[in-house]
Amino acid sequence: MMDVGRHPNIKLLTYAEVEDISGYVGNFKIRIRKKARYVEETQCTSCGDCVDVCPVVIPDEYQVGLGSRKAIFLSFPQAVPSAYIVNADECLGQNPIACGKCIEACEKECIDFTMKDEIIEVEVGVVIIATGMDIYDPTPLDEYGYSSYPNVLTSLEFERLICSSGPLEGHLGRPGDLAFPKRIGFIQCVGSRTQDPERGNPYCSNFCCMNTIKTTQYLHDAYPDVESTVFYTDLRAFGKGFEELLMRSRASGVKYIRGLPGEVYEDPETGDLHLMVENTTSNRLESHIFDMLVLAVGAVPRKETETVRQMVSLSKSPSGFLREAHPKLRPVDTPTKGVFIAGSAESPKDVRGCVTQASAAASRASILLSKDKFSVDAITAVVEEDLCTNCGVCANVCPFSAITWSKGQPAEVITAACTGCGTCAAECKFNAIKMRHFSDQAIFAQIDAMLEDNPSETIPTFACNWCSYAGADTAGVGRMAYPPHANIIRTMCSGRVSPDFVWYAFRKGAPVVLVSGCHYVDCHYIDANRSTTRRLDGLWDGMDKLGLDPGRLQLEWCSAAEGPRWQHIMEQAEEKRLKVTAGEISETSQLLKEKKVPSPRNPRPKDENQLSDFECLVCGEKWEGNYSSNQERSCPACRSNSVRWIRKR
Amino acid sequence: MTDKNLRIGVFVCDCGSNIAGTVDTEAVREYAAGLPGVVAAVRNKYTCADPGQVQIQLSIREHNLNRIVVASCSPATYEVIFRNCIAGAGLNPYLLEMANIREHCSWVTPGNGQAATEKAKRIVKVAVARAQWLIPQEEEQISVTDAALVVGGGVAGIQSALDLADSGHQVYLVEKEPSIGGIMAQLDKVYPDIECSI
Repeated sequence: MMDVGRHPNIKLLTYAEVEDISGYVGNFKIRIRKKARYVEETQCTSCGDCVDVCPVVIPDEYQVGLGSRKAIFLSFPQAVPSAYIVNADECLGQNPIACGKCIEACEKECIDFTMKDEIIEVEVGVVIIATGMDIYDPTPLDEYGYSSYPNVLTSLEFERLICSSGPLEGHLGRPGDLAFPKRIGFIQCVGSRTQDPERGNPYCSNFCCMNTIKTTQYLHDAYPDVESTVFYTDLRAFGKGFEELLMRSRASGVKYIRGLPGEVYEDPETGDLHLMVENTTSNRLESHIFDMLVLAVGAVPRKETETVRQMVSLSKSPSGFLREAHPKLRPVDTPTKGVFIAGSAESPKDVRGCVTQASAAASRASILLSKDKFSVDAITAVVEEDLCTNCGVCANVCPFSAITWSKGQPAEVITAACTGCGTCAAECKFNAIKMRHFSDQAIFAQIDAMLEDNPSETIPTFACNWCSYAGADTAGVGRMAYPPHANIIRTMCSGRVSPDFVWYAFRKGAPVVLVSGCHYVDCHYIDANRSTTRRLDGLWDGMDKLGLDPGRLQLEWCSAAEGPRWQHIMEQAEEKRLKVTAGEISETSQLLKEKKVPSPRNPRPKDENQLSDFECLVCGEKWEGNYSSNQERSCPACRSNSVRWIRKR
Repeated sequence: MTDKNLRIGVFVCDCGSNIAGTVDTEAVREYAAGLPGVVAAVRNKYTCADPGQVQIQLSIREHNLNRIVVASCSPATYEVIFRNCIAGAGLNPYLLEMANIREHCSWVTPGNGQAATEKAKRIVKVAVARAQWLIPQEEEQISVTDAALVVGGGVAGIQSALDLADSGHQVYLVEKEPSIGGIMAQLDKVYPDIECSI
């Protein structure tokens, strides 16, 4: 921490928040608000004279409320910068008439109540998001008595309690009566690994098992009289040196009981805590009495992460933590070029995990920073100004905010930020967006070529580069045989598939058309494939209107690992192809030559989550459910993603 | 507009027996030679091996080729290699198209040589059709400001900031609290060695 404060290359801005991030990789513009601290940071010697005279006493956040501080305070003894701060909301009055005792006490005259927030603007090439995590608040889990019994603590509170710089200066005592707690119980998985949203989150918080094991060993070393008992679901001691520490803890006499207590009662006389637990190893009901209980609370996403996430257009996992660009191959990158993640903003982590990931993020970032210039793959979008009608729909669908547009002005693509997914090109009704290297003409030429001879034998198949094309590769590597009639057109994203391509393929005699892409959670372009679903809904509606069988247009999501799924998708498409008659194909072809195709581009309900009808176009299953543009649709009967949304009338 | 003076070269790969064991690669080569715009069609045992790549470069010079179709495997594995290969012969790397007749054809159509060969022909035909529309592309060069923003001064932010700063880059470390340190600074001891956290 000290190194940061004195490093010549680090400009440290504390008590500051990022208000805006604009621009793109290599060229971000940042606006930072450095809030008024009312103490000259560089002048303050942290002598503490001001604290002695401050009359305002406040619960101390650093001690998690177990200690107190003043309205003028140093966060903790080793704080960096080592300078006091006045919390203006708590201070009695910045007007010297109201109080002003600290101003009088400060010999160096560092305290300045006229200080204002400062706006700092900087330009950077990369952004690393290290906004961290919050600790789960166990108040809703009433049965553990956290909000009613003083001797029930969270693991973080306990950490402060035993710390030499803690409220009891390292003496172990329980908060209720400061008595020495001889019997300490630890309850694991508090707020983690539950399917009940009222009781926490479904994920494992990663560090709580080891934190408890560490604490029990520390207690044994420092206070051999303490008897520790740990109630757990599973003990996850998976890292280097972890199992060894668990063995030491067991050898030290710490009791590990598999099973979580049902309810905790306090004996009002003694303040002791009584609980019953089903020991699932011995299958016996046991009762225990403790002087103190420690809840091993998990982690939750932090709200500041959400603010930054929106500034740089990132997606998040269902858990609410930030989503990385790829879970195995690019774990510290994000889909937005030049933005990296370090630490618990991505998922709950311990110190070592954070440090490892932080060094990785720094290393990835320095690849960009070490160059004067970098090159962008020539697959990006280009706006043809003559054709652009200044409508701005392209800017709306771009997942990376790579298109700028203002009323009356043609859209403009920021090449550095564009990733080439092509969803803007598919959305533009006026053909005003050209994709370099994956041009409309090339795709039409591919459709022409594959349907020139015996079109009834061919299934034009659009496959996104990252998942479905790779899924087809995986099927190949696994030698998973399937019928030979599909012919793949590779696009970077399924969002590239313009409805025009699909209509054209049917006009040219395709019996079946298949559109495939990444599963929603895997989309390599944040959420570009949500546009694919919306366009397919439009196409299915249009086919219906023309009297065509919408089931001839299939939609399937397939990950790079799902070779067997690709094989199944191929068989399913072939099954449909065999059912489509020659008469049907020629009628469709004729109809599409004569008629202008109806293509409602934005078929979606005004109100998200409204109750809708859904129909599986593969097996015919029908059901009712909520429309959600961010949730992958899949048939409950046959798992197909060819699920048509039918507007409730 | 397609290039009026299209001179496409198609390179059909046997991939040992991986493709040629199922697909009649010679028939595919003959078929490719008759496709519009194709002026050279060559068959190789291993197109990705050095002799195969040399063959592509020689053919580019000999036939003055300006579009290249490699009918072999997935672009996921070999596109970069073939792009570098044609760039070595002076062609823009974006003038390459790959026809995947291995993962998407021979390997998934076992025991049916005729169907596999027909499918391979169609895949090559489609690739040639696409190649006609490929145009040279230049990759845009973007300048980089040599500075980093690190949002958050917990242990992760601190480590990232120090690493970047030690590598000589300017770092702006922004922390919303009055001090850096985050949750780490609240911990007394950390595992597995039970040592001081700060």
